[in-house]
Amino acid sequence: MRAVQIRGLTKDYPVGSFLQRKKRVLDALDLEVDEGEIFGLIGPNGAGKTTTLKLLMGLVFPSGGEARILGRPLHDPEMKQQIGYLPEHPYFYDYLTGGELLNYFGQLFGLPRKERSQRSRELLEKVGMTEAADVPLRKYSKGMTQRLGIAQALVNRPRLVFLDEPMSGLDPLGRREISLLIRELRESGVTVFFCSHILSDVEQLCDRVAILNRGKLVEAGGLSEIIDVSLREVEVVVEGLSPDLESRIAGSFRELRRQGPRSHLSFPDMPSFEKALPVLIGGGRARLVSVNPVKETLEDHFFREVNAGARE
Amino acid sequence: MNAVAESRPIATGSRVEGAGTLRKIGYVALNTYRETVRDKVLYNLVLFALLMIGSSYVLGAISVYQEIKIIKDLGLAAISIFGMVIAIFIGIGLVAKEIDKRTLYGILPKPISRSQFLLGKYFGLCLTLLVNLMVMTVGLYVLLFLMKQPFEPALLKAIFLTYLELALLVAVAILFSTFTSSILSGLFAGFVYVAGYLSNDLKNLESVVESAFLPQVTRVLYYVLPNFKNFDVKAAVVAGDPVLWSQLGWATAYAAIYIALLLVASCWIFQKRNLK
Repeated sequence: MRAVQIRGLTKDYPVGSFLQRKKRVLDALDLEVDEGEIFGLIGPNGAGKTTTLKLLMGLVFPSGGEARILGRPLHDPEMKQQIGYLPEHPYFYDYLTGGELLNYFGQLFGLPRKERSQRSRELLEKVGMTEAADVPLRKYSKGMTQRLGIAQALVNRPRLVFLDEPMSGLDPLGRREISLLIRELRESGVTVFFCSHILSDVEQLCDRVAILNRGKLVEAGGLSEIIDVSLREVEVVVEGLSPDLESRIAGSFRELRRQGPRSHLSFPDMPSFEKALPVLIGGGRARLVSVNPVKETLEDHFFREVNAGARE
Repeated sequence: MNAVAESRPIATGSRVEGAGTLRKIGYVALNTYRETVRDKVLYNLVLFALLMIGSSYVLGAISVYQEIKIIKDLGLAAISIFGMVIAIFIGIGLVAKEIDKRTLYGILPKPISRSQFLLGKYFGLCLTLLVNLMVMTVGLYVLLFLMKQPFEPALLKAIFLTYLELALLVAVAILFSTFTSSILSGLFAGFVYVAGYLSNDLKNLESVVESAFLPQVTRVLYYVLPNFKNFDVKAAVVAGDPVLWSQLGWATAYAAIYIALLLVASCWIFQKRNLK
């Protein structure tokens, strides 16, 4: 069974005050997410990521198409019992404390009192908020609200969790902690479906990704399937590169940039670098500082796809 | 944060049995009650109402032979007016605020239907009103006790009907707040409240106005708008006129049917609303 199945999901919003016309924000989206994987939905602002999540969560209704979560239709209470959701820029009842909010949400899931209190403690500790358990939410910073948002999404021990921009508002330490948490979720067998602007996080965490642009699916698949994993260049940093040495390896590298005593050389492939290496360092002419094989990143791929879409 | 060292899995995907419908409505109602009682506006209103009940003592003191009547009159009026203000001002914000602030995004993906949520909000505010009316009622009875008046249960009949009136008004406010902004909901609910008190006058308008169109409009309004006069026995109670149990029964049935229809309409509208 697929964790999420989306077929032709479409959403139009009316725009304009008087003569209303329709604006298509999601166009016939087809997507499948397998159980147990971390799935990342990426795209520029206005691509339709949050709309997709809102449709799946039943906050807005589709103009066309259909979706199933854990094999059940949207709005099915049995399905909702097994999922968690972190909204984008979450905002919760500011008159409640963190502990009260988790307790209230636990009630809606039918958790017994003892389990609710244990679960609240456990989750607040998990997101580093133990000391803020009795603080009213109106006193929370953005990062604290985000952490609580992640905790509330896990209150029912979900099988599938939807996270909309989980790293938003978090400092580098918080982002690292949430990355670890997402990995831990997968290790516990939980499926994670998340949207993010931070492509390095997506690349680091996801098993599969989908790229949305202007409401349309650009592509979806495993990271190794959509990113060109072949070597793009070899970046080499050396010290003591004399003009004479530079002229001797001139045919091997394609770009040279000098920065103080260091020179940054870009070789098109590994054989070119291997050919130049003995000349560079032989007889102590130059000192090798670093060698970095460069492959395409998700960010490179994303920009290429989105820019190609913009030119069309 | 201790994400890796924790031995207990944070999410096992284990199924938990959901809470029943009534329980879910109850949880939302209790949370709504908590929301309203933690709102400073409510305390200001109740304090102001108690001051107004208290001030009736001063007015009563300068009214020769009428002091007890003035206290009862003003006391019941304060309960009704401040109850109305609480019902409209808190009622309109209950749903609209949840949409504006997007707190609903955290709730609706949980295993709770939109109707359960809306009913919970309604009953939560009704609970708040009940507690407030009880506080104001105690205030009025304490004042009468200090004036050495015997306990008069008839006042409770007037207050009970005021409560029904407010419960109906909350249902009106909730209906408007499911499809429009807080400000417009307040204006519309206020209009319905005033027009509901003029309901009988609307019906009589056709006999005094010579127009083909206006009487049809007023007749439709008469049948559509709730008749709040049905709940107003304050003058009769203060004058010592009897208020029959049958009258209370009819008013209760009228309120129950009206509230049920309004809540069904509210749920129907709210079910279809896109939360952008």
